[in-house]
Amino acid sequence: MSNVPAELKYTKTHEWVRVESDGSITVGITEHAQELLGDMVFIELPEAGSALKGDQDSAVVESVKAASDVYAPVAGEVVAANELLADNPELVNKAPYGDGWLFSMKPANVDDVKGLLDADAYAAMVAEESH
Amino acid sequence: MGNRTPLYEAHVAMGAKMVDFAGWEMPINYGSQIEEHHQVRRDAGMFDVSHMCVIDLRSSRAVDLLRYLLANDVARLTQQGKAIYSCMLNERGGVIDDLIVYYMDPSWYRMVVNAGTRNKDIAWITRHAPSFGVEVEVREDLAMIAVQGPNARAKAQAALGPRIGNAPDLPRFAAVESGQLFIARTGYTGEDGYEIMVQAEQAEELWDAFYEQGVKPCGLGARDTLRLEAGMNLYGQDMDEETTPLVSGLTWTVAWEPDDRSFIGRTILEQQRRDGAPAQLIGLVLEDKGVLRCHQKVFTAAGEGEITSGTFAPSLGRAVALARVPAGDVGECEVEIRGKRHKARVVKPPFVRNGQSCID
Repeated sequence: MSNVPAELKYTKTHEWVRVESDGSITVGITEHAQELLGDMVFIELPEAGSALKGDQDSAVVESVKAASDVYAPVAGEVVAANELLADNPELVNKAPYGDGWLFSMKPANVDDVKGLLDADAYAAMVAEESH
Repeated sequence: MGNRTPLYEAHVAMGAKMVDFAGWEMPINYGSQIEEHHQVRRDAGMFDVSHMCVIDLRSSRAVDLLRYLLANDVARLTQQGKAIYSCMLNERGGVIDDLIVYYMDPSWYRMVVNAGTRNKDIAWITRHAPSFGVEVEVREDLAMIAVQGPNARAKAQAALGPRIGNAPDLPRFAAVESGQLFIARTGYTGEDGYEIMVQAEQAEELWDAFYEQGVKPCGLGARDTLRLEAGMNLYGQDMDEETTPLVSGLTWTVAWEPDDRSFIGRTILEQQRRDGAPAQLIGLVLEDKGVLRCHQKVFTAAGEGEITSGTFAPSLGRAVALARVPAGDVGECEVEIRGKRHKARVVKPPFVRNGQSCID
């Protein structure tokens, strides 16, 4: 079973969300997702300032195997994208919850984050999928 | 459950991620396919290729059967142990399979064909063999391990000791029998190395002996990026029964001389040669960041085509592809990736050979 940190929120499409002290959220893909995709070779990220709808495809992670869309967990505005990934896409494999984060957002509605999955619910969903 | 090779347990024990490949449960990687790729380019890696099918043809007339079945000409093989790469064609000139055939002695040729085409290949060969009085023996008893990389031969020799026999003296694209081993200096990576056939029950012992010499296990993922960098076609993607060798970058494998040799598909190939083939297979290197993939659209001065094999090339740090496009001067090419067009440079494969980039 892959690592699912208890303090994060999750989506059904395998993004994780961390609520920061300033109210912004940081978004990445889960350890389980990067394991499924394999070695990352190219990451396409949204530009700072762009407005995203909830569930909108907002980034693309490409591994040797496949290209996969990353969806905005909630509606909001992109604050920053992880520029390290342009030259080091493998960070998504090595540290999916750390240096491999994808982008940060200012949610349009803070309460939207509460509606996401908690760690237990996400872990249960992954366990279900692998059956 | 799919077919399993004699090395299945060894793969699982080494942490392989197993996937279905042409009905076989095969390792896609043992952790990181990019690391496995570099391992082969820089040192030595090994692949379980036991899913591929070994067929022995025995008879003094095997040469005549093969000269009729294959677009390349086995009569060019005069030195025992030497091999050729060839397409086996249907009457429409389409590729039934691509294969290697070794000339072992005047009444013994050994073919290695793809796993995914195994049954139709056997049926095709068996259908034509009787009129030449040739016996077709499918070697179910053999496993095969490919040891590839700049240090592969030295490490294989260290692992095998005296069992290596005369293999150290092999020229490229040749094989020799040594005891129960069949050792060929061939491969599908663009690097030097051996492909070694061994009795199935002895495969694991051999695999472990290579591992102890520092030859790391590599999966089908790395095998695909290595072969594509080396500019080698993959059957079912870059060519199939609807495409001839002439539209698949394989004209060099067709033996036109002697011009009175009749082989299946020749009429169509001659026609394409005379009138011009409708399409061509070209190599592409993506100028921008991104990844080229199978079925992406390609725009050229000669018209529209599509990528048949595409990948991120770990040894180049950029994406490369083979693409089938209309015949003629292609000019500047663009590839459509997720709705956007990106410039791609046309190059003549291979992209990488013996660890060195061939494109800059």
